[in-house]
Amino acid sequence: MNLTLKVWRQKNAATPGRFETHQARDVSPDMSFLEMLDVVNEGLLEQGREPIAFDSDCREGICGMCSLVINGIPHGGHRGTASCQLHMRHFKDGETVTVEPWRAKAFPILRDLITNRSAFDRIIQAGGFVSVNTGGTPDGNAIPVPKITADSAMDAAACIGCGACVAVCKNASAMLFVAAKVSHLNLLPQGYAEKSRRVLGMVRQMDAEGFGNCTVTGSCEAVCPKEISLNFIAKMNRDYGAAMLRGK
Amino acid sequence: MPLDGHIPSGPLAQKWDKHRFDLKLVNPANKRKFDVLVVGSGLAGASAAATLAEAGYKVKCFCFQDSPRRAHSIAAQGGINAAKNYQNDGDSIYRLFYDTIKGGDFRAREANVYRLAQVSVNIIDQCVAQGVPFAREYGGLLANRSFGGAQVSRTFYARGQTGQQLLLGAYQALCRQIALGAVQMFPRTEMLDLVVLDGHAKGIVVRNLVTGEISSHAGDAVVLATGGYGNVFFLSTNAKGCNVTATWRAYKKGAFFANPCYTQIHPTCIPVSGEHQSKLTLMSESLRNDGRVWVPLAKGDCAKAPGTIPEEARDYYLERKYPSFGNLAPRDISSRAAKEVCDQGRGVGPGGRGVYLDFSDAINRLGQNVISERYSNLFEMYERITGESAYEAPMRIYPAIHYTMGGSWVDYNLMSNLPGLFVIGEANFSDHGANRLGASALMQGLADGYFVLPYTLGHYFASAKQAKPSVTHPEFKKAEEEICRFTRKLLTVKGKRTALSLHRELGKLLWEHCGMARNEAGLKRALKLIPELREEFWKTVNVTGDNEELNQALEYAGRVADFMEFAELLCFDALHRRESCGGHFREEFQTPDGEALRDDERFSYVAAWEYKGANQGPALQREPLVYEEVHMSTRSYK
Repeated sequence: MNLTLKVWRQKNAATPGRFETHQARDVSPDMSFLEMLDVVNEGLLEQGREPIAFDSDCREGICGMCSLVINGIPHGGHRGTASCQLHMRHFKDGETVTVEPWRAKAFPILRDLITNRSAFDRIIQAGGFVSVNTGGTPDGNAIPVPKITADSAMDAAACIGCGACVAVCKNASAMLFVAAKVSHLNLLPQGYAEKSRRVLGMVRQMDAEGFGNCTVTGSCEAVCPKEISLNFIAKMNRDYGAAMLRGK
Repeated sequence: MPLDGHIPSGPLAQKWDKHRFDLKLVNPANKRKFDVLVVGSGLAGASAAATLAEAGYKVKCFCFQDSPRRAHSIAAQGGINAAKNYQNDGDSIYRLFYDTIKGGDFRAREANVYRLAQVSVNIIDQCVAQGVPFAREYGGLLANRSFGGAQVSRTFYARGQTGQQLLLGAYQALCRQIALGAVQMFPRTEMLDLVVLDGHAKGIVVRNLVTGEISSHAGDAVVLATGGYGNVFFLSTNAKGCNVTATWRAYKKGAFFANPCYTQIHPTCIPVSGEHQSKLTLMSESLRNDGRVWVPLAKGDCAKAPGTIPEEARDYYLERKYPSFGNLAPRDISSRAAKEVCDQGRGVGPGGRGVYLDFSDAINRLGQNVISERYSNLFEMYERITGESAYEAPMRIYPAIHYTMGGSWVDYNLMSNLPGLFVIGEANFSDHGANRLGASALMQGLADGYFVLPYTLGHYFASAKQAKPSVTHPEFKKAEEEICRFTRKLLTVKGKRTALSLHRELGKLLWEHCGMARNEAGLKRALKLIPELREEFWKTVNVTGDNEELNQALEYAGRVADFMEFAELLCFDALHRRESCGGHFREEFQTPDGEALRDDERFSYVAAWEYKGANQGPALQREPLVYEEVHMSTRSYK
């Protein structure tokens, strides 16, 4: 099939960007969206034109590097699917497809479809860990963890840190990302000791990075490639409230 | 003189204990005076950077991705082995050690593997304490499963995302140290050269991938944790960014490269769908617990729908050839068996490169809900990629390059022959011999980073007593200029071909002549074709844009240029090793029933290659493999 792409092109953070139109010809339905872009880029390179810059690495939907807004929806709007796992069989011959980078103040554009998501790293640095050094830890079975708790922590821990939740949110809120990490660690006995410090530190950093507030519209959950539940935001709010009341 | 692995003396089980006592220590107050450069932030790199910083060293960590959380360790699905014997099924440190040595076809260093099995138990404790959400039983204790090539349940897992969860554990430990100011992190930064002063590794030259700036970093030691070289085959299950550049450029500065021909093929990957294919996707090996592998008995049936082929017209070839291990035979053996039936013209799917992995028996026996509980995420992944449901028709699978056992040569201390250069994780060669067992890669990466390197690095500092290096040294300037020249050269060829098309051609060539099965004629042909292709690369590659910007075409072309050189060493090593062992199968050396035939008399050594200059072949340095404890036997999974 043949597609028309309207792609965001921007040389760097300082230069204004614009949409550019490219043709994707002879697209196979078995291609992934990124492989389709690879083919378009090969065509551009052959003409001596600069290829479209986009982030990707594992191409298995787990590293969280790919980050495309496809037809207005982060990762293209197929349930539980990252851009790299979206396949062309979901598109129609002759269709016009818009491709944009994540749009959020806290994720400045570096080039074309690539943004800087280091704000997420700084949020983890503000408390998204358990303060244990290597060595001297108790036996793995010393503290039993109920299966239901471990499963719930795993549901939250599945977050791949791609930032689609921020990109889709009208407020560019990072609540789902932060709630996933807070919940993962706060649910487990190993994370309990730093429960309050963690949620307060991470929320403070989230606000400092310029992410917006949460109005619980749920669009984040809808586009999340790992289908992280909105319930974790409620859990984080509860932990946050309790920590505030405790005054630390 | 044979190469010395510096293996401690004494009984195998006591070597590491004794060695830890013999290692010199650095006074805690002095640790902050040492700068350590860690390149790579996967399981090995992140765990090492965090642990070294906790100990008090000043650490700089570099990765080419936008965040240290994205390294390719994240894609490991199955699990991590540890000799905990929580299941009371007869596991022990010795059994894990023996399985790993045997699985590696007796081509790994005994003392390293024993140490790996010993520290495996500490890894699980460490990860649990970090909050890694491992699978649990209803009683709250850790769950285990069995994994390809093992007869005990010693694999710990976090759904199908074990690598992700372990990496996030190490990443979070690293983040804590970044926040404390003990680690300085450099994301989107690629190492392009190693700097050696007075025979010691003392720094690196890097390119900032956003601005294009080339800069130097000096350190008292350099740690490479830069992963494997599977992408030399173009199509592999590795992430797109995986490359050989760091270890290759260290090789050209004098660090030996060991056993490059030991490459692992994973039997259960989704087959290639067309020329556009950019990478291959692995389906967890755990599928083989319930799936049965087959192809039609007759060539004529290959194009028919699998459901219409009656039972008696199917060849369940793994069950037929290996009755005791059946569909669970180790990776190298299952992969070769798949190639063999496809070579006979009995492969299925596009191009005839595929075999069926059929769940219909398991579904009939256990019900679809049980199968779905076990594998739903994998079935969904298969459907997402192929558009087919594996509940209704068998999956099609085919082997693909997955892991590379070879890598920089290191001694027992994980130090290269270049003092001050340490290589850990998949980037080194040390623990898996000629074939890696399932769920052992995660174990090795974390063992190196959390529990081995932090001890041995201090010994180097305490005994080498080297002067503090500085980036003002002319060697740094020289290396920077060399890199700038290299970059300029890539940008000025302005030919007609893209780096991707040249890389694809290299991959096809290697897969054909140095893939699952190799022979002398094919390898000699490859050794003739690779230099020609390399020449073609430097005449015709077209790299757009310039250096002082984010330029993905340039980054990629540089990596491909290194693959073009490395491929030759890979084939050279494969040609020299006139035996079959593990992932290295030479067609000339096989038993009458087609199994790998080792030659322990002539080849029980590590082949470490020394760079001798661009116009000369590499020199072979041998490290003899001496087995004090185990008896080398023929692997049999029949």
